[in-house]
Amino acid sequence: MAATQEEIVSGLAEIVNEIAGIPTEDVQLEKSFTDDLDVDSLSMVEVVVAAEERFGVKIPDDDVKNLKTVGDATDYILKHQS
Amino acid sequence: MTAKIKPAQGSPYARILGVGGYRPTRVVPNEEILKHIDSSDEWIRSRSGIATRHWANDEETVAEMTLEAAGKAVADAGITADQVGAVIISTVSHFKQTPAIATEIADRMGARKAAAFDINAGCAGFGYGLTLAKGLVVEGSADYVLVVGAERLSDLTDLTDRSTAFLFGDGAGAVIVGPSDEPGIGPSIWGSEGDKRDVISQTIPWDGFRVGDVAQLPLGEDGSVKFPALRQEGQTVFRWAVFEMAKVAQQALDAAGITPEDLDVFIPHQANMRIIDSMVKTLKLPEHVTVARDVETTGNTSAASIPLAMERLLATGKARSGDTALVIGFGAGLVYAATVVTLP
Ligand SMILES: CC(C)(COP(=O)(O)OP(=O)(O)OC[C@H]1O[C@@H](n2cnc3c(N)ncnc32)[C@H](O)[C@@H]1OP(=O)(O)O)[C@@H](O)C(=O)NCCC(=O)NCCS
Repeated sequence: MAATQEEIVSGLAEIVNEIAGIPTEDVQLEKSFTDDLDVDSLSMVEVVVAAEERFGVKIPDDDVKNLKTVGDATDYILKHQS
Repeated sequence: MTAKIKPAQGSPYARILGVGGYRPTRVVPNEEILKHIDSSDEWIRSRSGIATRHWANDEETVAEMTLEAAGKAVADAGITADQVGAVIISTVSHFKQTPAIATEIADRMGARKAAAFDINAGCAGFGYGLTLAKGLVVEGSADYVLVVGAERLSDLTDLTDRSTAFLFGDGAGAVIVGPSDEPGIGPSIWGSEGDKRDVISQTIPWDGFRVGDVAQLPLGEDGSVKFPALRQEGQTVFRWAVFEMAKVAQQALDAAGITPEDLDVFIPHQANMRIIDSMVKTLKLPEHVTVARDVETTGNTSAASIPLAMERLLATGKARSGDTALVIGFGAGLVYAATVVTLP
C-alpha cells in the first residue's frame, strides 16, 4: 500500500535520525538536508538507500542531486512508489 | 585407456601463518594534497577519515616494498623462504607487465622454483589471492603460499582530480598461507559485477600511447601528455560499497557459521572511513569487535590495505594471534571477496 505524505516524512525523519542523529521533530518539509540537517553528500547516499528499502522506490544516483529538501524527497517518493 | 591418476596430497585445511607489511618512509599530510585541488583538511577528514598517507620515493618500488613485506611475513610464519611453493602478487601499479613481478620476488627472496604469477583484482586482490592460496594448500600443489598486495597508487593518481587526489596511498602487505589441522580460512564469498566496470578505471589504456594515437591523449597544464590515472564515480562506488558489500560481509559470516558475537576483529578494505563506519552499523557489530581504521594514516592502498591493517592491529596489540577476523575487499571491476580467517 502506498505511503501518504505524512508517513513518508515521518519515515524520513526516522532515517535521518538513525544516520545523522538529528531529532525527528527537526525533519520537516522545507528543511534542506545539507544546510539544515547536517546530512552531507555521503550521508545523503545512506539516507537514499534506506528510503529505497523502506518505501520500495528506486532513486538513481542522477536523481539524488535534485533532492535538496525533505519536501523534494517526499514528492519524489510519492510520485515513484509502486 | 583412461589410467588412474594419483592426485596430490594436500592438507586438510589452510590458515594464515604470518603477516608482514611495508609502508613508505614519506608521510604526506592533507596540506600537501591541497596544493593541487580546491579542498580543505576538514573536508577530506570528514568525507574519508584520511589525515595522512605514505607515498613511495624512487627507491621504494613495487618490488622493493614487496620484498620487505614478504620477508617479514616469512619470518612471522616461522618458515624459510625456500619452503614457499607459490608466490601470488596482486598489483595494478607495477608498470612492466611481462614478466610477472612475482618471478622476480620468488627469485630474490630465495623461493627458487616456486610457481609465481601476478593477479589483478583491484582492491579485492588480497581476498582473491587468499582464496587461491587456500585452494593450493588444501589441494596439495604448494605447502606454503606467499600472497602479497603491493601498490604505488601515487603513480596512478591525478593530483588535480578532486575525487581521488586525497584518497590513495602506497605500500605492501603480505601473508604466508600454509597447512593447518583446523579450518583457518572460511568459505570465500567472491565475485564480480562487470556491468559496473567503468565506475573505477584507468583513464587511458596503455595502447593509447602508441605513436599515432598520442595526439588524442589529454594534456596536463604544462602541455605534456598526462600519465594514466585511476578515476572513479565516487558516489556510485560509495553507494555500492555501503549497500552491497555489507550483504557480502554478512554472507561470509553466515557461510563460516560465525555470528557477530563470535567475531573479534573486522578488517574491511581501507577505502574510506565512512564506508567502514556504515558497514559496522549495518552488520550490527558488537562493541567488543576491534575495527581496523588504518585508512586514517595509510589512505587507500588497494590490495595492500587488508594485510597492512592486519599487521598493524597485531603489532599494536589491538588484535591477537588466534583471533577470529572478518576480512572484505572490494574495488575496480567491480570485484569483491570476503571471508572469515583466524589471525596468525
Ligand atoms: C570520493 C568521495 C569522498 C567524494 O565524496 P562525494 O560526497 O561523493 O563528493 P561529490 O563529488 O558528490 O561532491 C559533493 C560536494 O563536495 C564537493 N567536493 C567534491 N570533492 C571535493 C574535494 N576534494 N574537496 C572539497 N569539496 C569537494 C563538491 O563540489 C560537492 O559540493 P556541492 O554539493 O556544493 O556541489 C566519495 O564519493 C567516496 O569516498 N566514494 C567512495 C570511493 C572509494 O572508496 N573508492 C575506492 C574503492 S576501492
